[in-house]
Amino acid sequence: MFKYVNQPVEKIDGLALVTGQEKYTDDFSFPNMLYVSVLHSGFAHAKILNIDDSEARKIPGVVEILSYKNVNQILYTTAGQGYPEPSPYDTMLFGKTMRFVGDNVCAVAAETKEIADEAIKKIKVTYKELKPILNLAKSVSSPIIIHKDDGAFPKIPVFYDAKKNIASKVEANIGNFDLALKKSSRKIDFDFSCSYGAHCAIEPHASVSYLDLRGRLVIISTTQVPFHVRRIVSHVAEIPVSKIRVIKPRLGGGFGGKQEILLEPIVALITWRTKRPAKLVYSRREVFKSTRCRHEYQTKVSLGYEEDGTINTLHLDALENAGGYGSHALTVLANAGSKTLPLLNKIENLRFTGMGVYTNLPVGGAYRGYGATESYPAYSQAIDMVCEDCGLDVVEYYKKWCIKSGETSAIFQALGEGKEGVAMNIGSTSLVECLDEGAKLSDWYAKKKLYGKDSGYNKGKRLKRGIGMAAMMQGSAIPEIDMASAYIKMNDDGSFNLHVGATDLGTGSDTILAQIASEALDTPVESFIVYSSDTDFTPFDTGAYASSTTYLSGQAVRKCAEEIKKQILKVGAEMLSLSLDEVELDDCRVIAKGKKEEEVSYAEICQYSMYQKNQFQIQATASHISPKSPPPFAVHFVEIEVDTFTGIIKVLNYTATVDCGTPINPVTAEGQVEGAIVNGLSYALFENYYFSPHGKMLNDTFGKYGVYTAFDIPPIKVKLVTSYEETGPYGAKSISEININGALPAIANAFYNATGKRLHNGPFAPEAILKVLSGK
Amino acid sequence: MKVEFKINNTSKYLELLPNETLLQALRNNDFTEVKCGCNEGECGACTVLLDGKPVNSCQVFAMSAHEKEITTVKGIGTLYTPHLLQKTFVETGADQCGFCSPGMVLAAYSLLKENPQPSREEILAALDGNLCRCTGYVKIVDAVENTAKKLHTNNLVME
Repeated sequence: MFKYVNQPVEKIDGLALVTGQEKYTDDFSFPNMLYVSVLHSGFAHAKILNIDDSEARKIPGVVEILSYKNVNQILYTTAGQGYPEPSPYDTMLFGKTMRFVGDNVCAVAAETKEIADEAIKKIKVTYKELKPILNLAKSVSSPIIIHKDDGAFPKIPVFYDAKKNIASKVEANIGNFDLALKKSSRKIDFDFSCSYGAHCAIEPHASVSYLDLRGRLVIISTTQVPFHVRRIVSHVAEIPVSKIRVIKPRLGGGFGGKQEILLEPIVALITWRTKRPAKLVYSRREVFKSTRCRHEYQTKVSLGYEEDGTINTLHLDALENAGGYGSHALTVLANAGSKTLPLLNKIENLRFTGMGVYTNLPVGGAYRGYGATESYPAYSQAIDMVCEDCGLDVVEYYKKWCIKSGETSAIFQALGEGKEGVAMNIGSTSLVECLDEGAKLSDWYAKKKLYGKDSGYNKGKRLKRGIGMAAMMQGSAIPEIDMASAYIKMNDDGSFNLHVGATDLGTGSDTILAQIASEALDTPVESFIVYSSDTDFTPFDTGAYASSTTYLSGQAVRKCAEEIKKQILKVGAEMLSLSLDEVELDDCRVIAKGKKEEEVSYAEICQYSMYQKNQFQIQATASHISPKSPPPFAVHFVEIEVDTFTGIIKVLNYTATVDCGTPINPVTAEGQVEGAIVNGLSYALFENYYFSPHGKMLNDTFGKYGVYTAFDIPPIKVKLVTSYEETGPYGAKSISEININGALPAIANAFYNATGKRLHNGPFAPEAILKVLSGK
Repeated sequence: MKVEFKINNTSKYLELLPNETLLQALRNNDFTEVKCGCNEGECGACTVLLDGKPVNSCQVFAMSAHEKEITTVKGIGTLYTPHLLQKTFVETGADQCGFCSPGMVLAAYSLLKENPQPSREEILAALDGNLCRCTGYVKIVDAVENTAKKLHTNNLVME
């Protein structure tokens, strides 16, 4: 059916990556470059009374020091989102109030990194320590106000109440939850708490800047959102957009952590003031402490149902720990509801309530899964409980009650991103096939029965086995908000330049976008010279977030290539003296329909259009926004063994079936699934933030934080069960985020199957599991 | 100061300070294929081979390596002369963001040199010191297995 799409094309940057020859931000250095170090707050909550940098300035080699004393106090949000951002403007580059351990105090630029670090030690900061809020549940009722008199405000008209420490609030009601609950014969209340999580992209955050020969500021940065960087740096550093160019070179992983504008304004100000190149690279500890993370969450599902399993009503409540600033506080919260509640769309009464609150703990942000990771553990376990109670098989239950093609959920319209959502009907879905296929691959029915309490298999054993599953949906781009665009021009040998604002984080989007253009123009992937993520030379794209690149940027590329196709056909027809309806594309040529011998090659066509007659440059640009956000679907099955002596949960097998529409590149798509699963497993079983009594993160290294290594991974089976999404490029939907959501709920359900006990807190680390097993 | 090192079979003079780590000395002298992920010996992105053995170059003083054979990932293959292992990494889809790749490739290279037909368990153990957050390791382990298969099928010696 397809020639270049749905093919395992090798990544176009692959060989350069594995030979170490590609350049990442820190690999760029310039003559006369300054090195920047940042002083971060050691207090969770404090007022800076004075900064005395006189000693530091005396050190030879110190060139510039930035602090509240010489940087304008401009409110902004570090969230790299579309404008106006749905996150509150509550952050200053260098403010006078420190709101978490890791907040920016000041920055030093010096001739060497060693001098900059030395100078940091010589800066005397006088703080007035303030009482911090270090407990999510106590924030709202606390007399301590975190954003008291800094003028923090929401950029869009949404609920925001800094005086009560409320960073965001979301509510949606479909039908009547209370009435339906009253009428229900059975009820369940189930709560679940998710821990903080770190992205742990192996490349730390870095930015390098310099002035070009026209006096413009060039910023090379580890960013998922180059166009948002340009806009926000302009705002914070007070430099016109026209004077800023942002380039994203190769990026060493993002996962949402690089959707924040943190380092760029600092190097921008240094370079703008000193006229010298500047480089800032965060240490791993700085990345852990000072950048952004997955929000801590407390969720609760309440539902009313009947003995046949019919759920009359379901309420999902979420309390989110925004940390010191409200980056993504509103939108992650809204997604906690909008990416779960439509899954079982036949529940007539639905309620979502959510609140994001300020604390003096690390700042949350975007993280792969974006709210769905946080809400599925409670949601999926509650559904599992209904099935257990009613004697139903949960796989069959999902098959019966899940959203199907042509159906909708009122939640799509009720929950948007900072405003109402967009109503839509589901087009493509292979969720039912995913359920069937996953059940088969994991031997679900037999194992569920074998390990369940009735079989006696686990009775009296130290090592207890269980199997569990979770079904999920996510989205593809933010409908009617996100925009992507592409530009293509033809060269005289029949090759093409493809310029996209889209941002390849290592996912392979440069490659799959070329595959999409190849398919439209019937020419090999090698014909495309791909250039991406440069605000001077590529057209606008909101950036790599919200599972949007394949679906949204891909469709912009397809539209653009279709436009090129029209131009090529027109020139081809002219050259063959045929009318437009008598010609077609065929393997890098225009041919007379049905007569392959009458042909002109792409090279001949471009040369004709450049040099011979009716000359013009074959070129086009196209933009795309989506009227909907078609969900990808996934079903995860996990088989575990619980060591009841040590509390260690060993994953024996992990099976994922995934509907991403048409996988544009099955190998890179599988890679997205596997990577997300392992990140999800690591988060479900180990990753957490441990704090000192003063709110300082204690485990701020890879070793202490505990990222999974190759040695930790279980056997993983992935199967892509295709569907065809009419609104996506060649049927494609997103795939990058959804598969991080499965590990927590599926393992929790497997744990119940093995032990008869429910889990209420992630991660499922051995000490926590022992407590659950001993009933403490 | 300038000190002579043997890097990728070539004699090179590196400009360095006496207290610099091998990672700093290499990166400051344009060997940017050696990546810095943590600078604390925990992620393996800075892996190089010292006399054929993988080490975290952030944990080695440069001066202690100056009489040893240093191999970076470019030493086993470049864009124009890629090693079989590197080609197989790309074919298998073991390359996502690529930041861990130089270290991962060297860890795998060192394993296959010593043990051209490793079991899956042996591969997992050999890669244990190299973190990757993109791939979930699945395709990386597959790539090492695929390379071993190619060595076996074509009766090749790991060079």
